[in-house]
Amino acid sequence: MIEQHLAALPIILPLIAAPIALILGRSMLTWAFATLVSALSCIASWQLLMTTLSDGALSYALGGWPPPWGIELNVDVTNAFVLLAVSAMSTLVLIYSKDSIEKEINASNHSLYYTAHLLCLTGLSGMLITGDAFNLFVFLEISSLATYTLVSLASDRRCLTATFRYLVMGTIGATFILIGVGMLYMKTGTLNMADLSTKMAAFESNRTLNTGLAFIMVGVSLKLALFPLHMWLPAAYTHAPSSVTAFLASTATKVAVYVMIRFIFSVFGASHVFETMSMEIILMVLAIVAIFKCSYMATVQSNVKTLLAYSSVAQIGYMVLGISLVSVPGLMSGLIHIFNHALMKGALFMAVGAVFYRMGSVNIEAFKGLGKKMPLTMAAFTIAGLSIIGVPLTAGFVSKWYLVTAALEQDLWIVAALVLLGSLLAVVYIGRVLEAAYFQEPPESQGAKNIKEVPWLMLMPMWILVLANIYFGINTGLTVEAATSASQWLFQGYNPAGVAL
Amino acid sequence: MNLWQNIDPSLLISLSILVPFIGSLLVIAAGKLPNLRETITLVTATVLFTIVLAITDHTFQGVVLQQHVIDLFPGLAISFTVEPLGVLFALVASFLWIVTSIYAIGYMRGHNENNQTRFFCCFALAISSVMAICFSGNLLTLFIFYEVLTLSTYPLVTHAGNDAAKRGGRIYLGILLSTSILFLLFAVIGTYALTGNLTFQAGGVFDSSHSKMIMAILLVLFCYGIGKAAIMPFHRWLPAAMVAPTPVSALLHAVAVVKAGVFSLLKIVIYIFGLDNLKELATTDIMLYIGAATILLSSCIAMTKDNLKARLAYSTVSQLSYIVVGALLASSIASAGAALHIATHAVGKITLFFCAGAIMVACHKKNISEMAGLGKKMPITMAAFAIGAISIIGLPPMAGTWSKWYLTIGALESDKLLIVATLMISSLLNIAYLLPIPIKAFFDKTSTDTQPWSWQQTQEAPLPMLIAISVTSIGCIVLFFYPQPLIDLINLIPGVATNGEG
Repeated sequence: MIEQHLAALPIILPLIAAPIALILGRSMLTWAFATLVSALSCIASWQLLMTTLSDGALSYALGGWPPPWGIELNVDVTNAFVLLAVSAMSTLVLIYSKDSIEKEINASNHSLYYTAHLLCLTGLSGMLITGDAFNLFVFLEISSLATYTLVSLASDRRCLTATFRYLVMGTIGATFILIGVGMLYMKTGTLNMADLSTKMAAFESNRTLNTGLAFIMVGVSLKLALFPLHMWLPAAYTHAPSSVTAFLASTATKVAVYVMIRFIFSVFGASHVFETMSMEIILMVLAIVAIFKCSYMATVQSNVKTLLAYSSVAQIGYMVLGISLVSVPGLMSGLIHIFNHALMKGALFMAVGAVFYRMGSVNIEAFKGLGKKMPLTMAAFTIAGLSIIGVPLTAGFVSKWYLVTAALEQDLWIVAALVLLGSLLAVVYIGRVLEAAYFQEPPESQGAKNIKEVPWLMLMPMWILVLANIYFGINTGLTVEAATSASQWLFQGYNPAGVAL
Repeated sequence: MNLWQNIDPSLLISLSILVPFIGSLLVIAAGKLPNLRETITLVTATVLFTIVLAITDHTFQGVVLQQHVIDLFPGLAISFTVEPLGVLFALVASFLWIVTSIYAIGYMRGHNENNQTRFFCCFALAISSVMAICFSGNLLTLFIFYEVLTLSTYPLVTHAGNDAAKRGGRIYLGILLSTSILFLLFAVIGTYALTGNLTFQAGGVFDSSHSKMIMAILLVLFCYGIGKAAIMPFHRWLPAAMVAPTPVSALLHAVAVVKAGVFSLLKIVIYIFGLDNLKELATTDIMLYIGAATILLSSCIAMTKDNLKARLAYSTVSQLSYIVVGALLASSIASAGAALHIATHAVGKITLFFCAGAIMVACHKKNISEMAGLGKKMPITMAAFAIGAISIIGLPPMAGTWSKWYLTIGALESDKLLIVATLMISSLLNIAYLLPIPIKAFFDKTSTDTQPWSWQQTQEAPLPMLIAISVTSIGCIVLFFYPQPLIDLINLIPGVATNGEG
């Protein structure tokens, strides 16, 4: 019974649990319940990944209506891989939340937080595995609306303007996607992705479809914060509660990157997007500009959350760059980076949240002298920071290695050099925080002497991520295998000159 | 001789890396008990040296030790292979670690330094990564531990924790990390993209099918990517790192870190490019002359420095380029000279740094201008300084003679007269900036002190430091008379021979 409906579980579980969490009401109880549900959907995702790795892609007809009329869920190695990352991150963040939100969210809103979190997880899981273009829009809206709620929960009132900005930009993005999907429907009469793909192949470069592609790409780019459509992100990440930032930074944008991959490869087809429309040039240029502009912006921030937010935009640049290389290794490096970046940014934002928990501020000033006061938190920040820089034996190195190798395989020596140059900027912005933490004396005026480590429920998820950073930096078997088979699968039937499959 | 006979030879490599690593953990564990902590350091260092001796034994017997750790990427592993050049470097580093540990105990206590546990812990970690560099079986492994070495020595450089240390540390990390990420990693991945093979193998991984143009570019990237070799203009980190406590400067910046740089370069030249390929590259000569320019320019800068450690730092920059030049001459005998110079310069320069630290601890003097007449107060130290200086200059009867000898012959054989001239002029410059220090210390004409000298008025550094100084200065002399074991080892390197035959 469970096996039969396994594909639907990651969506159904948190969806049903969300209203229950609201009814439960008591903070402690909701926390335990939400964490349990998230852990269950994590187990389901793991099962899904194992099933797809052994048996190939699964199709599940929601409500028993066969596709292309009913809504179809498609689980393949790629989205099972991302799904696992998302649900695992969600579980870790929920464990972390218990103590973290006590300082940042009013007690009366705690159950609302868990409810919104579960809804957000529902939306993200749905976006990943749905096989229906319109349904994807629905899940996108579910996750977005939940996200707006989450961001606005912070007790700092500046979060309201940040939320409003995010709301406006996010809605524009969603609307663009809806318009794009509408155009596809107008021309083909179907919404099922696989069906769309076959029907569109009959049209030779139709103008309506191309406009649809443009709308969808712009809308998705807004959602994944591709430069220059990233303006909403730094404000939202800065003012949201720390646990929300940790969750969003490691999942929401990643899911949007996956949606972009899905539209390019499974709906429009790589040959149409890249050969006919030459989309890869636009993506590559924007990605490289994003890497440099936003890494630079990160080096001049004084708020560490903003700093990491800009770093996220830059890192999204690396993922999009991987896609824009139009090759199996390139796409693979993008997919690996989706996973690895979730590990590092999750750990970094959790560490910053821990600093907020004790210091009540995340300005770089607040980090002074913390190397001694909060050794475990700062050690976690250091290792995750090294991973962002891409130091060997961390997950970041693996991503960088594959991205540079993929660029060199296409003889794009300059792109390879730029990728490495970009990672030097990461040395600067991570180095600034570390220097404050380890070399500067804490200000004496405040009750600085009483600063101690955060509760272990915050340290544990943080360190699980840190250890995962090291583990996936040394044992690359799982990530590489999953990403390779995913990108080979996506490139099926598409073989441009010079790409070896 | 071989204490580790009963141990499976293939375990020796892991042991050589793990022993200092475990040592560093034990040092942390024993942090509250200084005596126990220092005993652990000494025991670890001694055990490591015996392990390296056992590895040397196996190398002479022609046993190739290998260790495969884990596949980092499909087809690319972290793996270790013992080859003679690495053994030579491991011998030097592990022996001098013992001596430096003895010295460091005297220095750190004599100077009342803080955070001694962190110091000894990072020190052991650095040695552990040096061992991994020595025995690395492919370029990826070498790169990984090259970075680990940079990071583990950073806390040592910034040990003092003040503004000067922070500035020095920033330059240190800035230059070493950025050159390695920007150039070295690029060159490593470039080599992989081109050949699909990063294993160190005799004759190199390149063959005639590879574009000479790209190989030439890769050579430049490697030369500058290995920032630890301090080829101008990326040499600034070395003087900046002199803010570190003297034992750090001594071991890390005369032996482990800088030698890891030139060692990596030599290893890449011999085992990745192959000396035969190297000869045909357009950029070999360019980098050769940049190396020669580094020798002369940094000697000139050294002369202007009054701070003793700064002068020694620039002297190191200059001496490192001897090895770079030796590697890039692409002749079998010059490479042998370069390999030998790793050992001879190490003993000579570490003696000089030890002396500088001893003067600082005993007389609190950092500047050369204040050292006139110091010979009466610190006769042993200054005598050792003279020995070390003569070895660096390359005069008999000191160890430095041999390496300079082979380098010069190599340059002559390749008809590079400019390089021969550079080596000769450099010796003169060395005389000019090193010898006046002991001479003025012993024969101070301005002194009005007419009393005859006696042992009572000496004011030497603590005993552990003196022992260390004596050991290395005697080492300079011993290596002149008995260089044969090292030369035998070097002759085992494929394509490299002191008799020029290859």
